[in-house]
Amino acid sequence: MNIHEYQAKALFEKYGVAVPRGVAARTPAEFDSALSTLGHDGPLIVKSQIHAGGRGKGTFTDGFKGGVKFAQTKAEALDYANRMFNNTLVTAQTGPAGRKVQTVYFTVASDIRKEYYLAILLDRNTSLPVIVASTEGGVEIEKVAHDTPEKIFKVFVDPAVGLQGYQARQLAFQLGFTGDVFKNAVKLIDSLYRMFWETDAAMVEVNPLITTPDHKVLALDAKVSFDDNALFRHPEIVALRDLNEEDPKEIEASKYNLSYIALDGNIACLVNGAGLAMSTMDIIKHYGGSPANFLDVGGGASKDQVQAAFRIILTDPNVKGILVNIFGGIMDCNTIATGVVAAARELGLKIPLVVRLEGNNVAAGKRTLAESGLKIESADTMADAAQKIVKLVA
Amino acid sequence: MAIIVNEKTKVLVQGITGEFGGRHTKLSLDYGSAIVAGVTPGKGGQFFEHGEHRVPIFNTVRDAATATGATASAVFVPPPFAADAILECADAGLDLCVAITEGIPIRDMIRAKRAMLGSKTRLIGPNCPGIVTPGTGKDSNGGCRIGIAPGYIHKKGHVGVVSRSGTLTYEAVFQLTSKGLGQTTSVGIGGDPVNGTSHLDVIKMFNDDPETWGIIMIGEIGGNAEVEAARWIKANCKKPVAGFIAGATAPAGRRMGHAGAVVGGAEDTAAAKIAVFKECGIECAVTPSDMADALVRAAKARGAKLA
Repeated sequence: MNIHEYQAKALFEKYGVAVPRGVAARTPAEFDSALSTLGHDGPLIVKSQIHAGGRGKGTFTDGFKGGVKFAQTKAEALDYANRMFNNTLVTAQTGPAGRKVQTVYFTVASDIRKEYYLAILLDRNTSLPVIVASTEGGVEIEKVAHDTPEKIFKVFVDPAVGLQGYQARQLAFQLGFTGDVFKNAVKLIDSLYRMFWETDAAMVEVNPLITTPDHKVLALDAKVSFDDNALFRHPEIVALRDLNEEDPKEIEASKYNLSYIALDGNIACLVNGAGLAMSTMDIIKHYGGSPANFLDVGGGASKDQVQAAFRIILTDPNVKGILVNIFGGIMDCNTIATGVVAAARELGLKIPLVVRLEGNNVAAGKRTLAESGLKIESADTMADAAQKIVKLVA
Repeated sequence: MAIIVNEKTKVLVQGITGEFGGRHTKLSLDYGSAIVAGVTPGKGGQFFEHGEHRVPIFNTVRDAATATGATASAVFVPPPFAADAILECADAGLDLCVAITEGIPIRDMIRAKRAMLGSKTRLIGPNCPGIVTPGTGKDSNGGCRIGIAPGYIHKKGHVGVVSRSGTLTYEAVFQLTSKGLGQTTSVGIGGDPVNGTSHLDVIKMFNDDPETWGIIMIGEIGGNAEVEAARWIKANCKKPVAGFIAGATAPAGRRMGHAGAVVGGAEDTAAAKIAVFKECGIECAVTPSDMADALVRAAKARGAKLA
């Protein structure tokens, strides 16, 4: 689960990670009072709050440039906020559809001495949390890692003892800090790690982390995501979920324990198992088609789930055909076939449907499909199924 | 021979009284696997009954192992308590813990994996279909089935299968069996980013197993476990290997069902992994329908037998 920058910074403050002062506003009516609360006469930064990076370099669909703006005065800040609000921001990470800005965040503009990078995430090779820091901040970290790997520093944290003082110091030395900046950086790294660990974060990224002429170390930006599997023990984090940032189809799917991700093709698929679902998308592409979604109904799909899956798939106007691919290992293929027939009937399905069933009680399942009187094309293998649906939607 | 488990392996089930654990325990008993004990804290002294089977239930893994000689466990415990169940296996000194549970918090697994360092217990999973060593009976009955894989699609033979994904493993096994190619052991290592046994661990065991003549390795986007295994294969493995990577069409940054299946950087894509596979002499399946055929091609190229 992702959260907004302003929410992440509130968490940072709770854990003692220093951030520039800021106030978020969720309606234009709140802009004035937010700026008064901030009570700052100097320059401000106005930041669009969406769950995607690249905001500064983004463009709004009405042509207004920049999802993050520097404002000399309150009036200028208000003007920017009004232009951002309810406007759709397109960045390198949002895709062409962009995201509607529904919250604007005002912060005090900081005097920047130098920009750095700091992140905490899981290192899959060692199965340990890793803290990644770099002297190159405010730029794309992948590029730094590729071009100048010697400017990236890492420490791995042993979960049995947690982050040790020497490790935080090592990073602060490697970043070249001294004096008060050094002390502040060590404290910030320690606090940030505690937040990462205690909140079951999947990733915490601060880009840039900055130093100021008065020796402060501040998180100028904040990107935080959480491990979905651990949300059950963090109701305070679940409360931060912003449904406006999620695809309504994905929200609906999650109610039925379906894992659904919308894509931009026209062949919808409904599959059991994540690996099989991914490779069903792949094989559609291999035969010249384009998948409209990833949809995993899980290991023990029920008739209700299959019906819900069909409803969700069909709300996507791009869908021109459906491929059902079920390997019924334990699950009875006939149960799935019955669910498919019921869903096709209930929804008055008009577009081509190819069903590939394999496994337990497959003969009965195929008979159910054949005897339904519906236009359902049966397939034997994944290759056969993919070729059939690609041909039918062409 | 086979790897990790055989028909004699004595298995206990943690969470045997749950709906999911109970259902699959029955299927394993029907398959002929030696399920000798169940563990549900507070239900010690009761029995899990299925047909003529009467499996004793214990309060702790240690009690169950001591009383029955069980050396392996299947974990069907709900996610909030699963890491605890895994560590209980390690504490009891079992040889094997197969964690089926899906949805365990990553932090719990980071801690559990760290705590198991130096332990003799091998962890497979979590979020995996488990392990099957097929038997010689009808529909491969009489083998060892730990987990949730359909036993009947297997056939005893000489191909090793290792995969992160459940249904994709079944797909590969089914293709092999349909061609008359049996398996030594099929291992599902799970789709989570922190897991116990890696592709490489299993590949090494298949390489050392004289009964395994060919290997199918199935991977996904995310992480570099498949790449690590491929490089080792290039340097050390003389057996024919076929590979498949799911997720060529997955968009970057989206988690595709498995917590571990996310395209991170440019070197994390399916295309990059497939390129490494090819460079390492692994015959790549063009589509998921081609997995068994790819192994047949790999065997032919080396003049190796698969059955």
